Amino acid sequence: MTSAPDDGLLLRIRGLKIEGQTEEGWAEIVHGVDLDLKRGEVLGLIGESGAGKSTIGLAAMGFARDGCRLSAGTIEFDGRELREASAGTTRELRGNRIAYVAQSAAAAFNPAHRLIDQYSEAPVQHGVMGRAEAESDAISLFERLHLPDPETIGFRYPHQVSGGQLQRAMTAMAMSCRPDLIIFDEPTTALDVTTQIEVLAAIRDAVEQFGTAAIYITHDLAVVAQMADRIMVLRHGLLVEEGETRDLLAEPQEEYTRDLLEVRSFQVKERPRPVGETPVLEVRGVTAGYGKTMILHDVSFQIHRQRTVAVVGESGSGKSTVARVITGLLPIREGSVLYKGEPMPGRFTQRNKDQLRRLQMIYQMADTALNPKQRVRDVIGRPLEFYLGLTGAKKRERLRALLDMIEMEPDEYIDRLPGELSGGQKQRICIARALAAEPEVILCDEVTSALDPLVAEEILKLLDRLQNEFSLSYMFITHDLATVRAIADEVVVMHRGKVVESGPRTEMFKPPHHDYTDLLLSSVPEMDPDWLDHLLAEREEMAKQGRVLKAADN
Amino acid sequence: MATAAQNSLRLLGRSPWSARFGMLIILIYVVTALGAPLIAPYGETEIVGIEYEPWSEVYPLGTDNLGRDMLSRIIYGARNTVGVAFATTMLAFLIGSIAGLLAATLRGWADQLLSRIVDVMMAIPPLVFALLILTIVGTNLINMILVIAVLDSTRVFRLTRAVAMNVVVMDYVEAARLRGEGLWWIMSREILPNISAPLAAEFGLRFCFVFLTISALSFLGLGLQPPTADWGSMVRDNATLISYGDITPVIPAAAIALLTVAINFVVDWFLHETSGLKE
Repeated sequence: MTSAPDDGLLLRIRGLKIEGQTEEGWAEIVHGVDLDLKRGEVLGLIGESGAGKSTIGLAAMGFARDGCRLSAGTIEFDGRELREASAGTTRELRGNRIAYVAQSAAAAFNPAHRLIDQYSEAPVQHGVMGRAEAESDAISLFERLHLPDPETIGFRYPHQVSGGQLQRAMTAMAMSCRPDLIIFDEPTTALDVTTQIEVLAAIRDAVEQFGTAAIYITHDLAVVAQMADRIMVLRHGLLVEEGETRDLLAEPQEEYTRDLLEVRSFQVKERPRPVGETPVLEVRGVTAGYGKTMILHDVSFQIHRQRTVAVVGESGSGKSTVARVITGLLPIREGSVLYKGEPMPGRFTQRNKDQLRRLQMIYQMADTALNPKQRVRDVIGRPLEFYLGLTGAKKRERLRALLDMIEMEPDEYIDRLPGELSGGQKQRICIARALAAEPEVILCDEVTSALDPLVAEEILKLLDRLQNEFSLSYMFITHDLATVRAIADEVVVMHRGKVVESGPRTEMFKPPHHDYTDLLLSSVPEMDPDWLDHLLAEREEMAKQGRVLKAADN
Repeated sequence: MATAAQNSLRLLGRSPWSARFGMLIILIYVVTALGAPLIAPYGETEIVGIEYEPWSEVYPLGTDNLGRDMLSRIIYGARNTVGVAFATTMLAFLIGSIAGLLAATLRGWADQLLSRIVDVMMAIPPLVFALLILTIVGTNLINMILVIAVLDSTRVFRLTRAVAMNVVVMDYVEAARLRGEGLWWIMSREILPNISAPLAAEFGLRFCFVFLTISALSFLGLGLQPPTADWGSMVRDNATLISYGDITPVIPAAAIALLTVAINFVVDWFLHETSGLKE
């Protein structure tokens, strides 16, 4: 094994170009990127989807996904060229000296094997240690990563462990051979904010402890600010800006970086609840669930005209179930849903066309909410035809007006299929489809959580504009408190199927709170690089006083 | 923006040799079937010579057990056998896909009822079942088409139900339901377009099996009835020639085999293209 050539550089990438296969042949997606990583350094790669950050991260292992190829440049890991290295060389390095942590641990673990079996595979294969040794090592690593019951958790199957724990188990697995470099590909993106904290703290702690170098890939600048020593901002396969974390956050040089930093500065002025007006939609004492297990317990809140109510809570809190009850997909056991004071039939099949029309829904994943075989004109045209009976020239006219409203050029987009649109554009089409029905209430289920921050902000601005134009009421289901801060008039906090707290936005963001609200609020990452340290210190202090704020699965 | 025609042309341009070969063969069969009266030198049931005449300039493939021209009968056989198989497969798909879509969309008891009926039907070997029913209801063309179509629709039902289940859970189907759309709209506009690729591939394969079933039934004397020219019964009628080293009876059998292979080539390629796999 050759030693590092100079100045402790572990990874040195020069002029890396990566091509992806398309219908028309190979197209370049990364256009010559240089990257240096010192031993023990944590480098953050940040950018929107399609920026090439994951592809570059994998290339650091000398790996290209199916349909991709590393077409030019050099990747030197510890003095060894990886781009054209033989399969034998890379096999020896991967898992042993370079490890990878995927975004979705649930999908990356084999559900048929226990965690410990999957953990020991790499060290035993690489001959680093024997099976018994690997097992005892696993327990100490699990402990270091703050997993509950480190002695026994390894003997469970992936589905018996929560998402946040699984992500930490995966980090432990990556560390099993004490690699020189770990690549973290959005390890916390799929997690709740409350869980994210624990995972971030655990990862950072472990990386520091073993002096491991890391490449941390994410689209969330606030997260990377906590983790990285240095940040590289990528866009369209090119480097935009690079710098030490603190310098970059304090003085961004490029406009794109500034935009990323300023995202979430958008804020709607809070409107007070109108007095003496019947709410457009009211959920009154609703208890509902599947079979015998009740998911919602006595849930009540009101949505007034032209107001936005945000329903927040972590996954499993029942916030999406509330939407299913309101739309009539899930029958109510007790209580009722009232529209302008009148109770609505419990099942959507019992509601008439007009009741269905007034209540529209926008989904989290625009990908699955649009029929891939229907063109934009059909997607938006159908509600016009179905609810309003528009046909021919009238329908065409309205269609174009709707596309104008969502700021999409009618001539260019009217004949496209969903597959020919970007994520943000798809979500706009979903908004237009809801709008076409001329509704009064729109349920927005995590509508921005699958989008890049800059795109998400545009969508929020659009929704706000439409709200004022058409006096719409929104129910905004989200786990992202930044979204709440931007757009909500009132906030309803849900936890385990119950409403924990509710009230106007400004009040909700002011202490004191219910423990759970506090946990939720304090868990939203901030751009300040010291935020995580302060938060952890603060929580420790509070724990000493007997008030423990911790995510449910810890 | 590329139109659908341009797209399919481009797709065709990238097709492998096997698929092109398959398409060429299928094209030849279709032309032969449609233009049989123009191509065939003699009539379908016309007795033109003595029995079992050898290959000659007058009778390129000799004559059959009744003195009818073999070549002409093979050409007409394309029309009859392929035509009947096509009609049967269409009917099987009509029944199977509608039932499958209903089961997937309605779920609950409708799904249970349809699925259990299909289970029972699939439990009996299809050829034996077909023979049994045909001996009861009598062997004529309509009965045969109906029986084979119903028996084969069970497989179509299974496939349609399975692939439709994956689509039914999509948000856009939920959105259509919440819009108040009827059952037919959801089935035909929201689900069917998204499962048409596997169904089309299955159509090719199912066609082969139907074709083989018809030939087998004809060979057993329960399929297409004489004097209609049909490849299956032609093999049976002239089978004795094999004993004398004459390969003529093998030709209709080879025609069946070739079409089956050709269709499978095309289906393979089509499946590969629509599955979205890159190499």
